[in-house]
Amino acid sequence: MNNLNKWFKSGSPWVWLSAGGVTLSLISVVGLLLLIASNGLSYFWPSQLHQFEMLDVEGTPSTVIGEIYDVESIPAEQLIHTGIDVKGAEFVERYLIKTGNRELVNLDFRWIAAPLIQQQSQPKDLVVIERRTNGNFYGFIEQVYMDGKVVELSQLNRFMDRVDDLQDEIFELQKTDIGAINYDLERIRLKSRKAEIDGELTPQLTAKFAAQTKQLKDEYLTLESKLNKLRDEVQRDKIVVRSMGGEKVEINLEQVIHISFNNQLNMLEKIGMFFAQIGNFIFAEPREANTEGGVFPAIFGTVLMVLLMTVIVAPLGVVAAIYLHEYAGNNAFTKLLRIAVINLAGVPSIVYGVFGLGFFVYMVGGSLDQIFYPESLPSPTFGSPGVLWSALTLAILTLPVVIVSTEEGLARIPASMRHGSLALGATKAETLWRIILPIASPAIMTGIILAIARAAGEVAPLMLVGVVKMAPTLPLDGNFPFLHLERKFMHLGFHIYDVGFQSPNVEAARPLVYATALLLVTIIVALNMTAVSIRNRLREKYRSLEH
Amino acid sequence: MTVSAKSFEARQVKNTLARWLISAGGVSVLFTLVLIFLYLVYVIKPVFESATIEPVASIPVAASSKTLAVGIDEQKHIAFHINQNGNINFYQTNSDDKHQANELLLSQSLLAEGEVIQEVLATNINQYIILLNNGSARVIQPSFKVNFVADERTVTPTIFYPLGDEAIFIDEQESEIDSFSFTMNEERAIFVALTKDKRFIKTSLIAEDDFNYDSEFSAEYQIIAEEFSAISHLAITPDLLISVVVKNNNVTLYDLGDDWDVPVITEFNPVYDTSANITSMALLSGSSSILFGTSDGEVLQWFEVASENARKYQQIRSFKASTDEPVSKIYPETYRKSFYAVTPTGEVGVYYTTSEAKLWQGKLLNSDQQPFAIAPRANGLITSSSTLDAFDVENEHPEVTWSAIWQEVWYEGYPEPDYIWQSTSGSDDFEAKFSLMPISFGTLKAAMYAMLFAVPIAISAAIYTAYFMPPGLRKTVKPTIELMEALPTVILGFLAGLWLAPLIEAYLPAVFLLLIVLPLATVLTAFAWFKTPKSLKLILPESFAPLILLPFLLFAGWLSFECSPVIEDALFGGDMRQYITNDLGINFDQRNALVVGIAMGFAVVPTIFSMTEDAIFSVPKHLTSGSLALGATQWQTLVKVVLLTASPGIFSAVMMGLGRAVGETMIVLMATGNTPVIDWSIFQGMRTLSANIAVEMPESEVGSSHYRILFLAAFVLFVFTFIFNTLAEFVRQRLREKYSSL
Repeated sequence: MNNLNKWFKSGSPWVWLSAGGVTLSLISVVGLLLLIASNGLSYFWPSQLHQFEMLDVEGTPSTVIGEIYDVESIPAEQLIHTGIDVKGAEFVERYLIKTGNRELVNLDFRWIAAPLIQQQSQPKDLVVIERRTNGNFYGFIEQVYMDGKVVELSQLNRFMDRVDDLQDEIFELQKTDIGAINYDLERIRLKSRKAEIDGELTPQLTAKFAAQTKQLKDEYLTLESKLNKLRDEVQRDKIVVRSMGGEKVEINLEQVIHISFNNQLNMLEKIGMFFAQIGNFIFAEPREANTEGGVFPAIFGTVLMVLLMTVIVAPLGVVAAIYLHEYAGNNAFTKLLRIAVINLAGVPSIVYGVFGLGFFVYMVGGSLDQIFYPESLPSPTFGSPGVLWSALTLAILTLPVVIVSTEEGLARIPASMRHGSLALGATKAETLWRIILPIASPAIMTGIILAIARAAGEVAPLMLVGVVKMAPTLPLDGNFPFLHLERKFMHLGFHIYDVGFQSPNVEAARPLVYATALLLVTIIVALNMTAVSIRNRLREKYRSLEH
Repeated sequence: MTVSAKSFEARQVKNTLARWLISAGGVSVLFTLVLIFLYLVYVIKPVFESATIEPVASIPVAASSKTLAVGIDEQKHIAFHINQNGNINFYQTNSDDKHQANELLLSQSLLAEGEVIQEVLATNINQYIILLNNGSARVIQPSFKVNFVADERTVTPTIFYPLGDEAIFIDEQESEIDSFSFTMNEERAIFVALTKDKRFIKTSLIAEDDFNYDSEFSAEYQIIAEEFSAISHLAITPDLLISVVVKNNNVTLYDLGDDWDVPVITEFNPVYDTSANITSMALLSGSSSILFGTSDGEVLQWFEVASENARKYQQIRSFKASTDEPVSKIYPETYRKSFYAVTPTGEVGVYYTTSEAKLWQGKLLNSDQQPFAIAPRANGLITSSSTLDAFDVENEHPEVTWSAIWQEVWYEGYPEPDYIWQSTSGSDDFEAKFSLMPISFGTLKAAMYAMLFAVPIAISAAIYTAYFMPPGLRKTVKPTIELMEALPTVILGFLAGLWLAPLIEAYLPAVFLLLIVLPLATVLTAFAWFKTPKSLKLILPESFAPLILLPFLLFAGWLSFECSPVIEDALFGGDMRQYITNDLGINFDQRNALVVGIAMGFAVVPTIFSMTEDAIFSVPKHLTSGSLALGATQWQTLVKVVLLTASPGIFSAVMMGLGRAVGETMIVLMATGNTPVIDWSIFQGMRTLSANIAVEMPESEVGSSHYRILFLAAFVLFVFTFIFNTLAEFVRQRLREKYSSL
């Protein structure tokens, strides 16, 4: 007893309790990352396709085909009132099955209770068909038709390749060629409107615009007929698939993105498909209101916005840090400046969004429209949220990150280096440019990387100043002037919020959200680790310089 | 030599230039912060400004005939008056390309041969009823046709007769009328009148199609009461359902909704406990409130309040319009809950009912007998003295006052004053309710629960990491925990909303069990370690405690979750959630303060941890060495020396954490139900300032009160965090100075 008392007096339990704080923090960080990683990665892994022979309470048999999404153990009591015989067990398992086949059933997910399952198998010829609309289809391929004639199943791969090529061609035609024509038509309309506003619209000019418009429209017609021909081509082949209810469904290959006999894949093939799916996810366009397909536009939008922001924030932040460390005197104004920096770092991000919306979008953007784009008014050009305003808003938000990091780098440079340079007759500016900045560049780099990481994960202000759920065009394309700063863009973080909380079928979209979250976390964690390792190396370097 | 002198000069110029540029860059940081502050203030300011009324035009009109009614068009470009001769004259108020100012645009007679005007009644929807001395009436609606000819806008005034241009007898027996009221919509028009022979009657004109296109109607006549004494004030609500009759300070409401009968709904006396008399009456926009002007200069607002057992008309608030004069006329606005109160000498007061705001007061008229009208968009006034006088009214945001935002407000249809945030609704005559109280409360509630979770974990982790941990381990542990700060909050929010919330709902007992089990497991492990033989302790020294604890805490956590259903079965009848809702009577939201507390706690932990750790770590070593040398134990040194010295640093860390929790948007947006309620319950959600902005800003109209109030919400956030951050930074700078002197 005495011993215990002494142990308590020594404070050891308290020390352990504080150690518990560390443990909890570690568990939460690592656990969180593992949770995201496991959920995110399993999205890409080709799962086994199951066939369940069911016998319901009335004794009617049925078949359920699909992927097992979730397994849950529930108290048997919850099931007893439905008449299911739980055989005296206290807890019963139930499976969440993704059954797909949206055109046949209302819900593409269903719960099935384990006691109702008579037999469970994984037939080799069960197939999952990923489609452009209506989600996945699960079933057995009955027949393959080429141009109305029945052919061998083995031809399917060849047909799919052909459809892929044709779809690529159609996509290219629509996005690039027809998109360019529409863009040019709009520009001609604006030009003519501008001439009208300026009072310079002569009959010659009108005729010229009309001729240009006609030429473009003719081009459009040629392209359209080409497109129609391609569309006919792509619809040539189809398959007939038998669903779990025994219905035979005809699926045109045009609708099909991928056909996979998951149960026939060996480990190596599965790994191959796993990586192919990751590639698809990163490089493909989203489908079905963002709940399927890839996230390419969101990645593109995030990267472009962050790059723009970097261009703005890097010089500003570095200059401000240099001022604070090299020029500012030790006076009240400097103290005020430092408080300003701290506060800029502490102001909630949504406040930046509000400021960006009011000041940049409506005030600055609205004025720009009045001066430079009167021809397109009342529809705004820069007077509505867009990628430029988002970049500017985030630049202010991340300014303190760059300042603090750069200043830390500057503080680590020994005074002797500055003195040496000045003693040799260099001016202060030359010392800065030739000596200080090159040495501080890793610190600046750290700051910029941290700023990028912060900006990539920030969503709240972007919701006000430029992010959208679905952007029809990327802010960078082949139409002059190529970089369209006024356009709205998609963003990975917002994608998570939007798909996870605003989509009609949250359950179906959840794996995609995990995958997106994993992608974002990977990017941000990698950026942060890079920044931290650069900083640590820098610290080591100057520690050796000091001695 | 000259060359190098020149280059020296050039270098000096460059040097100076660089100095200027860099200084400008440095100052720009301060400039940005000030700009944000000023811009927010600039947007917010107009909501708190009172109204202004400026004369803009005064149009000379022929003095031969008395003006009975006035009006003005929506653009305030054309004013008109109706005079005793039965003429309506339209005048241009300002000069433009086509017309001079004061130019007479149209003059038209509204009377047929031999007709004489008894009275002109103006309704709230730009209609004028010309009552003739024989008891018939004609309804006119001045309208303004807008044409675009060669991109130029021209407006031409015309007269529209919604009930046809024939005068209609109000009474079936065609008797003369003493007083009357009229209201119509596209399907139906209703007269309520007192005839000269003392019959109180209701006349309904029912459109065959739609009065906007076709003036054909059928009439229905009803006698409400015979031998009715003189009415002092009479009105019909715009929804054509109620008629308000004031006689000798007694107010009677009649139900007009019934086709067969006109029953009395209720009777009351608004001035029963005073010696004052009712001197005027008007209906506030929205058909709910009745305004009474009294002889002692007050305006009383009454509306129906639903109490437990009955609905009852009740006085809600009063406005003191004058100290020595009665309120003889009240003119309500058409769409907003503002009104103009006029006294006999022509003093005008502008008020907004719900915000209890007095917006303007001054002498505008020569007497209360002058015709007076409010422009359709409530941005102007028109009256007639010897000239036709138009005024501009600047009164964009009457519904917002400091007290309406922060205090309880009694809205129409509510049983009592309350804090309510409800900015939009489906219905048209909806009044937006802007109380920032519930959402400010939500912000503090979310922050508080987050801090409850984060502060103990973060500070204890920081203490251990800074003071007990071997440097090698610290090097990896610290960046790992700090990594959490870099995690995008949208991901934390998504996990909180879609993973944690359902998990907590399913395993509610486990969460509370963890509160006990985790510390218990820690202490037990500690004791077990204390009892282990020395040889084992050498392999795993106490400084690796966090790693030793790892498996045990994981096991304890797993055990809690495994026990959860068992506990639920034993204590809560199988379902804790149902137990809480049914047996305890507490509302349970799936996305509640507990979820937010945990999720946002995670977001705040690294902020507090990192700064606390720095503060403890930088406590000068000679202080601790001194304490240890004097025989204090590690723990005593920590509590009595280290924590005491570092306490300002810890305080500033908590402040920074609080600042972050207050401003966090995505987590609360996704992990709370976003319902603006005032309730401390851990099982209920909330709506915070930041989430409110994120939800509502994209759909608010630029420049509207709603838009500006959202800016105010942002400003409140800005000020909150400014205070926390500045305080934290100030304390930290002081601490740094103290350390350097030690």
